[in-house]
Amino acid sequence: MTKMKSPKDFAFSRRDLLRGAGALVVTALGSSAAGKSTRAKAMEFGSKVKPALMPDQMDSFIAITADGKVTAFFGKMDMGQGVDVAISQIVAEELDVKYERVTTLMGDTGFTVNQGGASGSFAIKNGGKAMRAIAAEARRVLVEEAAKRLGAKADSLDVNDGVVSVKGNPSKKVSYAEILQGKYFDHKLTWNKKWGNGLYSHGKAKPKPVKDYKVVGKSFPRSDVAGKVFGTADYVTDIKVPGMVHGRVIHPDKAGAKLKGYDAASIKHLKGVRVVHKNDFIAVVADNEWDAVQAARDLKVQWEGGAKKPFVPQKELYKHIRNAPVIKEKYAFKNGDVEKALSGAAKVLKSEYEFPFQSHASMGPACAVVDATSNPVMLWTGSQKPHYTAEGVERMLKAKAGSVRGIWVPGPGSYGRNDAGDAAMQAALLSKEVGRPVRVQGMRHEGTAWDPKAPASVHYCRGGIDSQGNVIAYEFVSKAFDRQDVRSNESKPGDTLAGQATGAKPRPRKFFSEPEDIYNIPDYRLGWQVIPPFLERNSPLRTSHLRDPIGPQIQFASEQFHDELAEAAGLDPVEYRLKYLRTQRDRDLIKAVAEKAGWQRRVGPRRDQRGKTTLTGRGIGYARRSGSQVAVIAEIEVDTRTGLIWPRKFTVSHDCGLIINPQGLTRTIHGNIGMALSRVIYEEVMFDEESVTSVDWASYPISESPDAPETIDVVLINRPDKPAMGAGEPSTRPVSGALANAFYDATGVRIRTAPLTPDRVKAALAGA
Amino acid sequence: MAKPQRMRLNVNGAHHTITADPDMPLLYALRNDIGLNNPHFGCGLAQCGACTVHVNGKATRSCVTPVGSVQGRKIVTLAGLGTPEKPHPLQTAYVEEEVPQCGYCINGWIMTAAEMLNKNPKLTDKQIRAGLKGLKCRCGTHYAIHQAVKRAAKAMAS
Repeated sequence: MTKMKSPKDFAFSRRDLLRGAGALVVTALGSSAAGKSTRAKAMEFGSKVKPALMPDQMDSFIAITADGKVTAFFGKMDMGQGVDVAISQIVAEELDVKYERVTTLMGDTGFTVNQGGASGSFAIKNGGKAMRAIAAEARRVLVEEAAKRLGAKADSLDVNDGVVSVKGNPSKKVSYAEILQGKYFDHKLTWNKKWGNGLYSHGKAKPKPVKDYKVVGKSFPRSDVAGKVFGTADYVTDIKVPGMVHGRVIHPDKAGAKLKGYDAASIKHLKGVRVVHKNDFIAVVADNEWDAVQAARDLKVQWEGGAKKPFVPQKELYKHIRNAPVIKEKYAFKNGDVEKALSGAAKVLKSEYEFPFQSHASMGPACAVVDATSNPVMLWTGSQKPHYTAEGVERMLKAKAGSVRGIWVPGPGSYGRNDAGDAAMQAALLSKEVGRPVRVQGMRHEGTAWDPKAPASVHYCRGGIDSQGNVIAYEFVSKAFDRQDVRSNESKPGDTLAGQATGAKPRPRKFFSEPEDIYNIPDYRLGWQVIPPFLERNSPLRTSHLRDPIGPQIQFASEQFHDELAEAAGLDPVEYRLKYLRTQRDRDLIKAVAEKAGWQRRVGPRRDQRGKTTLTGRGIGYARRSGSQVAVIAEIEVDTRTGLIWPRKFTVSHDCGLIINPQGLTRTIHGNIGMALSRVIYEEVMFDEESVTSVDWASYPISESPDAPETIDVVLINRPDKPAMGAGEPSTRPVSGALANAFYDATGVRIRTAPLTPDRVKAALAGA
Repeated sequence: MAKPQRMRLNVNGAHHTITADPDMPLLYALRNDIGLNNPHFGCGLAQCGACTVHVNGKATRSCVTPVGSVQGRKIVTLAGLGTPEKPHPLQTAYVEEEVPQCGYCINGWIMTAAEMLNKNPKLTDKQIRAGLKGLKCRCGTHYAIHQAVKRAAKAMAS
């Protein structure tokens, strides 16, 4: 059990860390090689005082203690894909120390600068790039110092596991630990003045050439697995602080209703429960968690709302999207004149696709602990963006900038802007009101009905083919709810439910995205239109980022539509992609995946399964995401009696540039496939005109054990000549399209509305 | 709410005396009264498995099991199933296969599979797939879970 004492225990923990592992006391060099003048110089290196935690300081990223251990401080977090391992590998590589010496600490605002948290598959692409440059600079300054001490030129020195020695004379040596003597580097970096994902700091050093890599590119095991497997690891739900009380928040039955009052007598059977309310926010607080749970369940709350029903009936969702006004639109990629090209085409194809709201439905409802009474204010959160969450709490409490220490602790699930940010702000508000540390955890409906949703969308596709069978025109326009009706950075109260319920203004971003510009078709236009939210605040259908925010939606449509064009043009789907994808790198992935899967060439669907009850088919999907690119082939079985799809086998070819850790990458891909198939076969948020009715796992089913593929074959394409890119989301992206294409191949029926649930499959087959 | 009672619980081989509402789910007693954090609250509805423990060897959802009903029974949590020094074959296989991602669901999968393997160490792949239905994993690690359970079954059979 994690018992947190007082914030003072954390205030100096970085110093304690250095002290604990070595000595802050500067001792004179014991090495006989060091003369007096050298010793004087040595005393100049480093500082006993820690420079400010800013991105222009080496000490904000790397510490080397007197025992030679290296700590990397990384302003992101990991949700089980092993980002910390990859960062440790990168740092070990550049510093020329063994991997085992390096530990990466993440997501604590007291130790790390804001590198954006987990977001956009940027951990390696951006975060890793910065850490690589910084570690290289650390090596450079240490070697330069070693050169002075050894009386040699820097380029005549070698580094082997943190020991700098003269080439050809290994007895002339000094270690990093001996140089630093437990002090701080006190070395300035050049910082690009950006916070978050864009943050980049570097020095004069040039990182090591890839051909010299010894650590990067190897599979080191994850650091967090054993703790999870033996039940000893702490989650944010396990944080306990002295004096802590338990909070549970109560939401209106009808979305958008205003708080009118409550009946205190309805919970008089529970001792010591306090009701806290402010504007439209209402919660209960109790010493005992079970009392809080019962009080939230039993408290009679009166809500009042206007007559207008906030939502449309679910069956009218897509009609609503089609008819809704456009509040913002953008056509990022275009060339030529699509209308003209279409009007001159021999064949024109038009299709519309529909994708529902989906829930993060994290494994457990979110939890946060806030102590607003301490100095600094303490926040423990499972949020992917602890730095931003701490800023949000600061604003919620109207506290001074920098007065909140946010500590990320693994949460009960993640994958985007789930309910974690809401829990943090609820705990902050409650802690301030009751003057005690407060732990808030949601109940199941808060993780499913009340988390921010992935936006529902309609996708309009048009394509033109000339008389020779060439695709000459392509248009793809998504019309959708905002992908960030609430910001994915919960840095302002208005980004969260508790903030909105207490009057803070929402700040919708009003955008969606277009497909990546990857198909080489002469005249094209790729864009999006955003419609207003159903409800401007306190909405269970507010929208934000869920893993690969708009990827599954867009690719469900675009990759199916390209298959439609392929068939119309008389091409096999693989042939089509090899003909139209822009770059050799794209085409290499198609070739690799088709070869590995033993792709059978075919124009149009299978027609040889008449009368069978189990139909099989294969489909391909391709996408780029955050500098990575992935091709997926799905091989499925469709049971025509039950409507159940079993994606029996996936084959994936994956190019994320230089590979840092093949084993970690492979398991990350497996997880992406597992979650993505769930989203395309099962997941759809249900709602009526007043509320979200997907409240648990029965009303929001996800894939289970029998749905899992029997085989996932992964072809990793390593590109040592290309920068390392992200893998947290890219292999999610093409799955929806690949699976739907496989369904068409198996059945000859194209389902243009996700998800491909048993009911929808049966209906589609019956109508065919 | 029933009147708080003194109850004796046998958890992971140790005896604990707690005073609580006997209708309170066992999960809260384990987490808050006894201080065993490894079973997790996932749904409170017996729909996901994150809270699973063994009660007299049977995989049981502690989030819907009244604490008063398990007095005198042998309760084992994930931490009691095995330790890094003396791991259960499933735990060894989970580490070797690097199964969990967020890992919050893990109690359900390991405790359920442990009961299955205990009853029948020669589980077929098909039995493994079907037997683990009813458990949730949001990270989509089902494929890795199957690999690990197969590995553990193999290790236990040899």
